[in-house]
Amino acid sequence: MARRNPSTTAVAASSPFTLALQTARRLAGRMPLHLALIGLMVLWSIPTIALLVSSFREATAIASSGWWNAIKNPFALTVENYQTVLEKQGMARAFFNSVIITVPSTALVILVAAWAAYAFAWMRFPARNLLFLLMVALLVVPVQMTLIPVLRLYTDLTVDAQLPILGGRVFGTSSYVGIWLAHTAYGLPFAIYLLRNFFGSLPRDLFESAYLDGASDLRVFFRIVLPLSMPAISALAIFQFLWVWNDLLVALILLGDPDLAPMTLKISNLVSSFGTNYQVLTSAAFISMALPLVIFFALQRYFVQGILAGAVKG
Amino acid sequence: MATVTYDHVTKRFDTVLAVNDFNLEISDKEFLVLVGPSGCGKSTALRLLAGLEEITEGKIYIGDRLVNHVPAKDRDIAMVFQSYALYPHMSVHDNMAFGLTLRKVPKEEIGRRVREAAQVLGIEDLLKRKPRQLSGGQRQRVALGRAIVRDPAAFLLDEPLSNLDAKLRVQTRAELSKLHQRLGTTFIYVTHDQVEAMTMATRIAVMKDGLLQQVGAPQELYDRPSNVFVAGFIGSPAMNFFQARVKGQREEMHLDIDSFQVPVPASWVDDLLPYAGKEVIFGMRPENICDPDCQPPSTDAAPVTAMVDVTEVMGSEVFLHLMADGKPFMARVDPRTKARPGQEIRVEFDMARMHVFASETEEAIGLREMR
Repeated sequence: MARRNPSTTAVAASSPFTLALQTARRLAGRMPLHLALIGLMVLWSIPTIALLVSSFREATAIASSGWWNAIKNPFALTVENYQTVLEKQGMARAFFNSVIITVPSTALVILVAAWAAYAFAWMRFPARNLLFLLMVALLVVPVQMTLIPVLRLYTDLTVDAQLPILGGRVFGTSSYVGIWLAHTAYGLPFAIYLLRNFFGSLPRDLFESAYLDGASDLRVFFRIVLPLSMPAISALAIFQFLWVWNDLLVALILLGDPDLAPMTLKISNLVSSFGTNYQVLTSAAFISMALPLVIFFALQRYFVQGILAGAVKG
Repeated sequence: MATVTYDHVTKRFDTVLAVNDFNLEISDKEFLVLVGPSGCGKSTALRLLAGLEEITEGKIYIGDRLVNHVPAKDRDIAMVFQSYALYPHMSVHDNMAFGLTLRKVPKEEIGRRVREAAQVLGIEDLLKRKPRQLSGGQRQRVALGRAIVRDPAAFLLDEPLSNLDAKLRVQTRAELSKLHQRLGTTFIYVTHDQVEAMTMATRIAVMKDGLLQQVGAPQELYDRPSNVFVAGFIGSPAMNFFQARVKGQREEMHLDIDSFQVPVPASWVDDLLPYAGKEVIFGMRPENICDPDCQPPSTDAAPVTAMVDVTEVMGSEVFLHLMADGKPFMARVDPRTKARPGQEIRVEFDMARMHVFASETEEAIGLREMR
């Protein structure tokens, strides 16, 4: 009788039934973890879902019954709250203001930080390490400590002329330019730190190859570094966008003009005037969440990639 | 003309002397290999030529042009990196065309050069792919192609085969040699692998601790190593070294290696007379030690008895790890040998091919032609 070949015997033993059983066992082993995670997700989502449902209910319905009752009577839902908030409470203008404040603040941070990070990572100049250390040290300075000095500075430097098209002053308090620069300055330490670590992790050979090919630092930055850094830049864009969009404090201090108020400021005022009118507050809150959610879901695959690449390889 | 000259070149990184008074002239169309162990300064020497590092002292010429302060992009050289350094976000075509695009070469000319280089390297079908879609060997060809399209005065290659598997490395070595013949351009190649150096180079420059040890054709370095380091570095398996004392006069002259003695051939006597009674280092390559039971010994054979420690069967030959009174050495013998581990065996040293080095300086004594 011929001797069995152990390798062919091992292959024959893995029948479809055995494989299915192994898969089932593996899934069953992970079931408690999956159930726990799903449970936590549902628990954390309940308040948000409750607010969302409430934003589509009339004031009387909110006052008389819990939000889950809306499921029983879906035809009682209404978009009136959103109409009220957008048209009568100036939320449309506030949404516009938030976009005007957030987008340039994000773009400026990325532009300036990318340049600075490239220089810190790949260029040699005197006191490079010291300057980077100082930049990172700024991360520990609380924003709140700087507000009064910045406000004083802006008050002294206020240019009273009106900015065409966008409105507000040209510079100083109640100006878009002033708040752009403030948010840029507040965002730069973290942005430079993140991007410098990411740029530093790019292979040195790539740069040297580009220099040998005849590329200047400018060319290398635009043709090599930026295209390869999209994960980190996207992560930074999400961070900065969310930070500026959700900011209340800086806007409250530096923007006195109610016509320039972003959504956070507007919602804060609504709380003062409509403290118990949840239908107004919830609809305002969801309007303010809409754009960040879109941005986040559009760029989310770069989010973790960018953070890990910047943090771990640093 | 693309001669390259290193004239008393030194490179210092803080307190570390990476390249120390390096002098070398590389002829046009030569395939020169810089070889040495890790940290010997070979890559630094290459990078100084490329312009990627600044020279501390000395001068480098490409042709008649002093290039110390010439930017890397203006030195008319092309470099292939160990990691290939392909731009991951660009296609193969764009990778190869990048340098020409920056130099504002006309589009038609770029297309022509890229197609020609791709044809030479057999990568015409890969031009639209991105580097991540290529195998290691294909990436290496793209890196070569990127250098070829530049039509440089010299190619600089920094360990380009290190990331390839053993089989592909052997195949690519031959292809690189053919490429060199076809292009007729100066190649300056850095490697730590002496087999690559021996198989591809027209001349080899051996480096150690930033210093140039010896320059010469592969056979010359093999037959006439100028010191212990070169003798031990070139050749695989490495040369066996024994501490020996020169004893006896003239016809009775022999090398006493404690556990055994070997007679000095007549042709060596005059060279070793000044060292009579002194310690020297005796070198014998494994391939010059034979098993007399299956191979006729040479005319200057010296018998040595040793214990077989390990045998390594290579198919075409057998490596014997031997011990003679506690002194280990290796022999490369005929595959018909009957030597087995634990056995005592008599081997023959071909004394006509012996090497002797001064103990203090480790410099070779009596360099001669190997017949």
